Amino acid sequence: MTEQKERELYFWLRLIREFEDRISTLDKQGKIQGGVYSGKGQEAVVVGVCHELRPDDWIFPLHRDLGAFLVKGADPNRLMAQIFGRRDGFSKGKDSFLHGGDFSNCIFGATSMLGSTLPVAAGTAYKFKIRREDRVAIAFFGEGASSRGDVHEAMNFAGIYKLPVVFLCENNFYAYSTPNELQFAVEDVSDRAVGYGFKGDVCSGNDLHSVMKAARKAIERARAGEGPTFLECKTYRYHGHSEHDRATYRSQEELITWESRDPVERWEVYLQKRKYDIAAIREEVGGKVKKIVDDAVAFAEASPVPEGPEAMEDLYATPITEG
Amino acid sequence: MLVTYIQSINQAMHEEMERDETVMLLGEDVGILGGAFKASEGLLERFGSERVVDTPISETLIVGAGVGLAIQGMRPILEMQFVDFISCGFDQIVNMAATLRYRHGGQTSCPIVIRGPCGAGVHGGLYHSQNPEAWFTHVPGLKVVVPATAYDAKGLLKAAIRDDDPVIYLEHKFLYRRIKEEIPADDYIVPIGKAALRKEGRDVSVITYGSPVHAVMKAARDMASEIDIEVIDLRTLHPLDWKTIRESVKKTGKALIIHEARLTGGIGGEIAARIAEELFEVLDGPVMRLASKDTHNAFAGPMEEYIIPNQEKVTEAIRKIAAY
Repeated sequence: MTEQKERELYFWLRLIREFEDRISTLDKQGKIQGGVYSGKGQEAVVVGVCHELRPDDWIFPLHRDLGAFLVKGADPNRLMAQIFGRRDGFSKGKDSFLHGGDFSNCIFGATSMLGSTLPVAAGTAYKFKIRREDRVAIAFFGEGASSRGDVHEAMNFAGIYKLPVVFLCENNFYAYSTPNELQFAVEDVSDRAVGYGFKGDVCSGNDLHSVMKAARKAIERARAGEGPTFLECKTYRYHGHSEHDRATYRSQEELITWESRDPVERWEVYLQKRKYDIAAIREEVGGKVKKIVDDAVAFAEASPVPEGPEAMEDLYATPITEG
Repeated sequence: MLVTYIQSINQAMHEEMERDETVMLLGEDVGILGGAFKASEGLLERFGSERVVDTPISETLIVGAGVGLAIQGMRPILEMQFVDFISCGFDQIVNMAATLRYRHGGQTSCPIVIRGPCGAGVHGGLYHSQNPEAWFTHVPGLKVVVPATAYDAKGLLKAAIRDDDPVIYLEHKFLYRRIKEEIPADDYIVPIGKAALRKEGRDVSVITYGSPVHAVMKAARDMASEIDIEVIDLRTLHPLDWKTIRESVKKTGKALIIHEARLTGGIGGEIAARIAEELFEVLDGPVMRLASKDTHNAFAGPMEEYIIPNQEKVTEAIRKIAAY
């Protein structure tokens, strides 16, 4: 890996951390409404998967994957306006957070029904396949969503047609409050891959190197026409399910254990071992990401609040007129 | 060209797939078998297995994959083998497809058609007889069409395939081979959102769609000497052709809505409410409805007849409102 690449990856980790921390602060200050789902602690997953994707590859992020939007190329200003529910957001205020995708960067907006994007990703991958396009679709989902039928139906179909799709499971051990032992009876949920006729793989989701290695294999396999991969990244969310959730269902000790495996700090240790001037890098990148987020907040706050009647727009491509 | 209702569905798919290579078909047994009712017969042989896809038994996948294809520029037709099974794909329709354009602020559209056989009268029982249109007319972002004739079956399906929005297309299985009509050999569409005035009349407006259209037309002929019935075939349930309904009720002062879907919560209630709100002054009697009884689609012959608005009940309902 080149030094430039290593620094770029660090920039993404820090930008996501800064962006999400700021949203949490704004939420506490009552400056944003609606649900905020922090992915803090899981940054290495989205960076490791998205950083090498081509612009015309499609991603289907889950509700916690704000970082995937950024790494895939979404404009931070518009993303912040989206979170503020403003007119310059991807949904133009019709929904918030990650329900509005950014089609210009091949980012799909999810619904709140977890795992519901997997059949859509499979359909997209089917099109890539029949049109002989060497593009891939990345479908993110949580270990909790793996219990839904949508996930099964999508994987079964993708297995039959050997579709160029990566099923990327972020296993953070809790679906809201429900621990894995009440979600499934296996240790690694990716064991299920064998039942769909494709490969399952597990990696450490807090270790960027581990994610990159596993993701690259899965993406290359998909692009080469060798079919899907069920890639499970073990990780942990520092915050509750959403900002109002105090996560009392887990121990402080457990949280600290995972904080000691922090993906951003781990990368800093790596950069240090590479003999780079980590203090200088940290400061430089810190300033850069702060500026981006400051600008994004300023942009979002200046973006117009939509008018009530705009709720009737964008329902149909061919607007309905009644006589 | 003399065709049955189901042949015209088959022709519409053939012609649209011929015309536009982004049109494709996904569903259970649509390829090798040609569909449980043979609606897709010949498509696999003509267009190949990449565009005519035999899916596993996965309605959620069928609809979800359809959305995934649509955002990549394809125009998938998604078959529910029986439209009763649409409940298995419900979330993908109402939360994924219907909100797609809206939640993306107009960045994309969702050109999918979800079609399948609906309706009772063929001893289908609980899970092969349903009329689920009201579930979908309640959802913004969807369009809902229900053809009653072979001409409309073809023209509405072509319009649905060419439409950039998700369209629920309900084909009545009772009509599949029971009606046969002359239709044009040339390409045509029936526009979505336009009702058909099947018969002009002065005494009563009967507003209907789907299978009961034929019972209403028979009643209109049989009763011609006593009651001059105006027959509106809605064809599209969402968006409603309110203009045609309004003009008719203004003329006759009496409105009877007939559908095979069950009464409570049916589209008839919506139409009745709107007539009451906007046309109160012109009404010469209460707005009335005839629909299936509020029970499940029972199997045994006498029970099925008891439930659905058959010829006898249609005639009786028309007499009742006319006499008011």
